[in-house]
Amino acid sequence: MKIVILGGGPAGLYSGLLIKKANPAYDITIIERNAADVTYGWGVVFSDRTLASFQRADNKTYEQITDHFVIWDTIDVYYRNQKISCGGHVISSISRKSLLNILQNRCFELGINLRFSCEINDLAELEDYDLLIAADGLNSIVRKKYESSFKPSLEYGKARYIWLGANKVLDAFTFIFHENEHGLFQVHSYPFNGTTSTFIIECDEASWLKAGLDKADEAQSLAYCQQLLEDNLGEATLLSNNSKWISFPMLKTQHWHHKNVVLLGDAIHTAHFSIGSGTKLAMEDAIALSSALEQHVDLETALNEYELERKPVVEIFQKAARESQSYFETLKRYMTLDPIQFTFNLLTRSGRITYDDLRLRDRRFGDMVNRWNANKAISQSSTRYSSAVQTQTIFAPPPIFTTLTLRSVHLPNRIVLSPRSNCAAQNGMPVEAYTNQIQNAGSSGAGMVETEQVAISAQGRITPESAGIYHADHVEAWKRVVEFIHSHTQAKVAIQLNHAGRRGSTRSRTKGLDRSLHEGNWSLFSASSIPYTPSNQVPREMSRDDIDSVRDNFVLATQRAHEAGFDVLQLNFAQGYLLASFISPLTNHRKDEFGGDLKHRMRFPLEIFDAVRAAWPPDRPISVTISASDCVKGGFEVDNAVTVAQMLKEHGCDIIAVVIGQTTIDSQPAYGRGFLTPFSDQIRNEAYVLTMVGGYLTTSDEVNTLIAAGRADLCIMDPPQLNELYWATTAT
Amino acid sequence: MQVGVGLPSTIPGAQGQLIIEWACRADEGPFSNLGVLDRLVYDSYDPLITLGTVAGVTHRVKLATTIIIGPLHNNSLLAKTAASLDALSGGRLVLGLAVGARKEDYDASGVDYRDRGKRLSEQLSSLRSLWEENHSGPKTTRHGGPDILVGGLSDQSYARMVRYTDGYVHGGGPPRAFARAADKAFAAWSDAGRPGKPQLWAQGYFALGDDGVMKAGYRYLRDYYAFTGLFAERIAAGLLTSPQAVAQFIRGYQDAGCDELVLFPTVPDVAQLDRLAEILQAQGMGRAG
Repeated sequence: MKIVILGGGPAGLYSGLLIKKANPAYDITIIERNAADVTYGWGVVFSDRTLASFQRADNKTYEQITDHFVIWDTIDVYYRNQKISCGGHVISSISRKSLLNILQNRCFELGINLRFSCEINDLAELEDYDLLIAADGLNSIVRKKYESSFKPSLEYGKARYIWLGANKVLDAFTFIFHENEHGLFQVHSYPFNGTTSTFIIECDEASWLKAGLDKADEAQSLAYCQQLLEDNLGEATLLSNNSKWISFPMLKTQHWHHKNVVLLGDAIHTAHFSIGSGTKLAMEDAIALSSALEQHVDLETALNEYELERKPVVEIFQKAARESQSYFETLKRYMTLDPIQFTFNLLTRSGRITYDDLRLRDRRFGDMVNRWNANKAISQSSTRYSSAVQTQTIFAPPPIFTTLTLRSVHLPNRIVLSPRSNCAAQNGMPVEAYTNQIQNAGSSGAGMVETEQVAISAQGRITPESAGIYHADHVEAWKRVVEFIHSHTQAKVAIQLNHAGRRGSTRSRTKGLDRSLHEGNWSLFSASSIPYTPSNQVPREMSRDDIDSVRDNFVLATQRAHEAGFDVLQLNFAQGYLLASFISPLTNHRKDEFGGDLKHRMRFPLEIFDAVRAAWPPDRPISVTISASDCVKGGFEVDNAVTVAQMLKEHGCDIIAVVIGQTTIDSQPAYGRGFLTPFSDQIRNEAYVLTMVGGYLTTSDEVNTLIAAGRADLCIMDPPQLNELYWATTAT
Repeated sequence: MQVGVGLPSTIPGAQGQLIIEWACRADEGPFSNLGVLDRLVYDSYDPLITLGTVAGVTHRVKLATTIIIGPLHNNSLLAKTAASLDALSGGRLVLGLAVGARKEDYDASGVDYRDRGKRLSEQLSSLRSLWEENHSGPKTTRHGGPDILVGGLSDQSYARMVRYTDGYVHGGGPPRAFARAADKAFAAWSDAGRPGKPQLWAQGYFALGDDGVMKAGYRYLRDYYAFTGLFAERIAAGLLTSPQAVAQFIRGYQDAGCDELVLFPTVPDVAQLDRLAEILQAQGMGRAG
């Protein structure tokens, strides 16, 4: 077999040598545009897992690589003049130049024909081959030539970065976050050869422009960065190697081979530098390609096998890289976090590393995170009462078991349970089976239990079996539940007040959602006269009288909730119910003062909020549930939700419960474990509010990670034991 | 978790008599269900006719479609067929529906491929109403008709599941792929405020016996899934060919929260059924006839 490999980088060299090693008779040529000793870039990083795969693939180069590499296990984070360290992350790195030397020598040794300084501009220049391996990098001419077959997509990142070196010895992977008059700069740096380190300096476009770096030449850029990092660099100087400011190109490709042409490495996929290097992926591609060629005689089958093996792995990696990239693009959001929380947030950014992982890697760091969270909880509760209390916790529980104080209400931990029932009530009156569920939830160890949606009026019910609080008798029933929980447990109890709006007058959700009643439908109103589904009742547009009466009913319900002894009041402004129908532009087409821009669409919800706030005791908290996104094109999006959260906070809301979708039936959220977390994160850290979030969280590890990273303050959990818990007989 | 077995109704060459014998023996245990698959342009039996046939010779097992291609069917006719199957089998039907993955089946039946998702949603909504209103009879065993499951990998599938149906049917793959799908189903269910849990069904393929049996199994899967191109090889690689593989597969699905698993044969021979039954019994699964 005659194989031509285009590109003499790590991917090309490594695939060449592995294939040749397995099949010495193959005729392999590697064509490289640059001279043998010309290389760009500084160090490349490998995890221990990658190194293990190198050892299996070719022990000789593995030994040489490990002879040359630098290995470390600590990540240092410099932020607000503090250094926070976390150990246990085994990472190694080698200079790109040494790596290429090792691979080139092995290729020579195995008898591969290496042609340097040979520029190919047109594939027609190539001699005949049985297989063309394109390892010619991001600007691959092969990928471009067969673009219609490979179907690549290229998307540029919002940030700018420059890849520099420094003659400085580092003993850890080092992140530096530095703010100056131009903006925020972050540095990713790591050692690679015992004397030199890689320094990647990254900033958003605004900072880059403000610093005049768009007009700066190589020397000026170097001088700017040198000055920026003078505290960290000390005597060391930054070095350039034809370095330029660029935006990160995220390349994905649908198909990886076409006839007898196959792509690998940067020619086919890139992954943001912040989670490791493209070199790792490229060399793993080479291993997969050579082993597929070894296993299958038929070329088509082998190339299929290579693509099927690698594509899912690379996609998972690219997803984590995308998370990490967008973290750095939205970094400003986290600059108010304290150093320990900031560091924890940074280390868990891609979703691949959790609280438990970090604790396993570095117990000292884990304890520090626990102490920080516990102290934060104490100071958060004591500022309300006696600022004189100055405690320092040394022995601290994990974040999930820290307290949270909302006004005068003291939640013993961060877990919220929200029992659901097919049949919560009759004529608004909660039935015993349902109140038992709530009581059992209260006895589960959760810090707070919330009721399901409780209607403020008979008309505001979702189904005839929805619970209500619109009658004096209802108050007595709720009172018994709350008293039971208060007298038997530490848990607090929240009532969710709701008016179903156009989602009212439906059947129990046993067999599905939003199914109109067979008989006994009651009339519905909404912001505008649009039915929730095509087969639902058409609601009438609310008149001013309707608006006044709903507001008055919310106030009455609030007073009753107080009478029943609830600790927390939660208003539902989400999920397509009455108040959500005012907020989303998709469902509010009003021409009066309650429609139009966001300010006007928020007018009625805020009117309700103010009236309820005035009727609810000043020392008790109010939470509001908002839909962070309609999950429909042209609908309400998370940036709007940040504004809404800010408005609510200004009006006295204590915590925002974050959900998405359901505002219309076209909502298509990307469901999954923790799917609401990014929305909670953005709202919490951009609107500076406390948040409560669910989204199928089942383990304490998920909750610990969320709380410690500052992505939410309370978590609604869905542990698998819920059903048994709810149907257990209540202990009295 | 309960484990059932698929009927060999999509394996070319399987005789009618074999399918009936297969069903009779499966009904004696330890299997909890008999599953069928749906293809239009393929040498296979119609899934609903197949279930109708075996309904008469079985009395215990659930009869499940995992799945049939809903949009190819007229809603009222499907409602009537399913209600009939439900009534004739004493309430043993579980109706799994999805859009399917083959455009050629749509082309062959003259149904527009582009709005298949919308059609499926409308169908799910209308099936339930037709049964509840008992439009055209027969009266279903339970009010509101048999349980409906929905399949599919898109985000939309989970939204559909939670809006209209009783659960989700997974298309196949290793347990970890099912676990991700199960997380999505649970997340959607909880998010929509539906009480309890969705029913989760899943499926796998087996070929138990000597090399010849294994090869026949691979051959069938490569052929059946040829329309997926590259992916056929991956599906074939997932074929369960040893008692160990079957046991681990069952364990993996059980741990990931599956309620009911259907193991489909790839070789049309009742010996396959016996070998699978032996493994299940050794695992302490199911109940003896």
